[in-house]
Amino acid sequence: MMIPQAKEPFQFYSRLSLMVMTGLCARNLQELLDHLCKVPESVIYQHTHQFLEQHQHLVPEPPNDFAYWVTHILQDERLGEKMAAIDTVRFNSLEALRQAFISMMELYLKAGGMLRQAPEGKELYLMRAIRFSIPTGIIVHDLNQFVDGLKKVSSSCLYLHMFEAKLRPPLGINDFSDWFETQLGETDLAKKVAGLDPYTQTLEGLRKRIIRFVERRVEKLHRVDS
Amino acid sequence: MLILEKYRDLVPPNSLDEIYLLGKRLEGKSILHVNATAVGGGVAEILSRLVPLLVELGMTARWDVIKGGEDFYSVTKKFHNALHGGAEEVTPKDFAVYTDTLDMNLTQMTLDQDIIFIHDPQPVALVKKRRQTKNTWIWRCHIDLSHPNLNVWDFLKPYVEQYDASVASAPSFAQKLSIPQVLIAPSIDPLSEKNRDMTAAEINSVLEKLNIPTDKPLVTQVSRFDRLKDPLGVIEAFEKIKPYVDARLLLAGGTADDDPEGAQVLSEVRERAGHDSDILVMCLPPTSHLEINAIQRVSTVVIQKSLREGFGLTVTEALWKGKPVIAGAAGGIPLQITHKYSGILTHSVEGTAYWLKQLLSEPAYAKKMGENGREHVRHNFLITRQLRDYMLLFLAVQQPGQEMIRL
Repeated sequence: MMIPQAKEPFQFYSRLSLMVMTGLCARNLQELLDHLCKVPESVIYQHTHQFLEQHQHLVPEPPNDFAYWVTHILQDERLGEKMAAIDTVRFNSLEALRQAFISMMELYLKAGGMLRQAPEGKELYLMRAIRFSIPTGIIVHDLNQFVDGLKKVSSSCLYLHMFEAKLRPPLGINDFSDWFETQLGETDLAKKVAGLDPYTQTLEGLRKRIIRFVERRVEKLHRVDS
Repeated sequence: MLILEKYRDLVPPNSLDEIYLLGKRLEGKSILHVNATAVGGGVAEILSRLVPLLVELGMTARWDVIKGGEDFYSVTKKFHNALHGGAEEVTPKDFAVYTDTLDMNLTQMTLDQDIIFIHDPQPVALVKKRRQTKNTWIWRCHIDLSHPNLNVWDFLKPYVEQYDASVASAPSFAQKLSIPQVLIAPSIDPLSEKNRDMTAAEINSVLEKLNIPTDKPLVTQVSRFDRLKDPLGVIEAFEKIKPYVDARLLLAGGTADDDPEGAQVLSEVRERAGHDSDILVMCLPPTSHLEINAIQRVSTVVIQKSLREGFGLTVTEALWKGKPVIAGAAGGIPLQITHKYSGILTHSVEGTAYWLKQLLSEPAYAKKMGENGREHVRHNFLITRQLRDYMLLFLAVQQPGQEMIRL
């Protein structure tokens, strides 16, 4: 038996972004809250998803720009810790992610949380991202080709398909798992890949794990065949 | 071998492939960069390396330099200082010299390329030609505009607002403008003399030539002798840790020709260092790229205690060499250093001393921080990232207002 072929091939895209300054700047938590209520979603994206991607090579990895700023600049470790626990990549929409930050900060301020000022030069400048989607030209039809393709693409491509994909339909599902399931009927493989956590490894580590999962599945298919 | 391919093993995996993909979308576009000087300074250095890469990617890229007399450059030097916040007296006659010179340049330039990319304030008024050309105009300001002298800024701003977009190096440099302001950090070239890998023999030869002993951990600040780099503060911080840690401090740098204060600051630094054999002060010529490379590579900790800063490319250089860096939270430095992850940001002599002692006493933490710093530069501050961002900007200005662009 040959390796199953997908009904529709998978096409790898790269995600690139350009940072645009909004002119908005927060010096304390109240200012950050006020801005977050009004800014476009592209600002939320920039300081959560884009921040995560930009810093994914650091060990340990800082979780999101807001939590980093509150913890290390405002020196509010308790609130910062809570904000760090907001799991950026588990949200299915940027609006829901925005609301999670807003609710947490509102609760904190209502409870009489301290309004510390950022030192000069460490204000949080809010930026938005212009996102670009660009086809890499790598199109795959089966799991073997998928592994070859995944070895070639950039980390931003990996981030796009693994995490940002959850922000668009089908909501909450990464592109790889969706393709494994709907095009190849590989439900277990889809679940395994969906369960990977970006906070416990770098994107390069993640790439290796996915490749290992898929290679093992291919080996198993070959064993069944023989 | 293509020039770009020389970077393949230095930049993040597969990032060159993205650059080639973007290049295909811009093939055949004509791009003209314009600035005020062909040699010397960071802008000329980066353009001399970027323009050939754009050409290699299929664009018709060129770089022109405006012409002006001594009176013009004396006025633009005043502009430069004023935009940095200096209390310069700029007279109506100065403004007239500026506009007359730019008008003269306009008669000699066609400026009909698809994209006109103007660098810094000197050529900003060339945008007057825009009404005739109907092409795309981008203005990049490489200097710190966070506290501009309003006399000069109010004169320049109407020109800036005629552009399609402006580019700044750090978020704090943003101004209230009616046009989009894009953040594109500058970058270093990992293949240049200042940043390329060096063999142990090469490094030793430099150390021997400069008479730098390596019997103790070396703490270094490589910077112009300028009060805004706070060299006296560095010495003060070093003196605070001396009772606890046996180390040597090296202050290495030069004085710019256009900085009359430099010699005075150098003399104050030498006087403050006195006869302490653990404090070395070196004034190096501006061509000492390999020497600086070696000094940074042999340092245990690098300091950049800037009080004001443009982007702070000396920080980028030190991070690229995997060094733990303690730096002032000024200008573009906070973009480069995520405090306690990829370096240390400080605000005071005391803070600098505290962290210097920590890093010298905890080499494993310092090493991890250095490794993180190098990776952060690899992903964000090498020339290929700047090339990529410029191409994204060229594509973005063709679709104004779009937040998601499918190529």
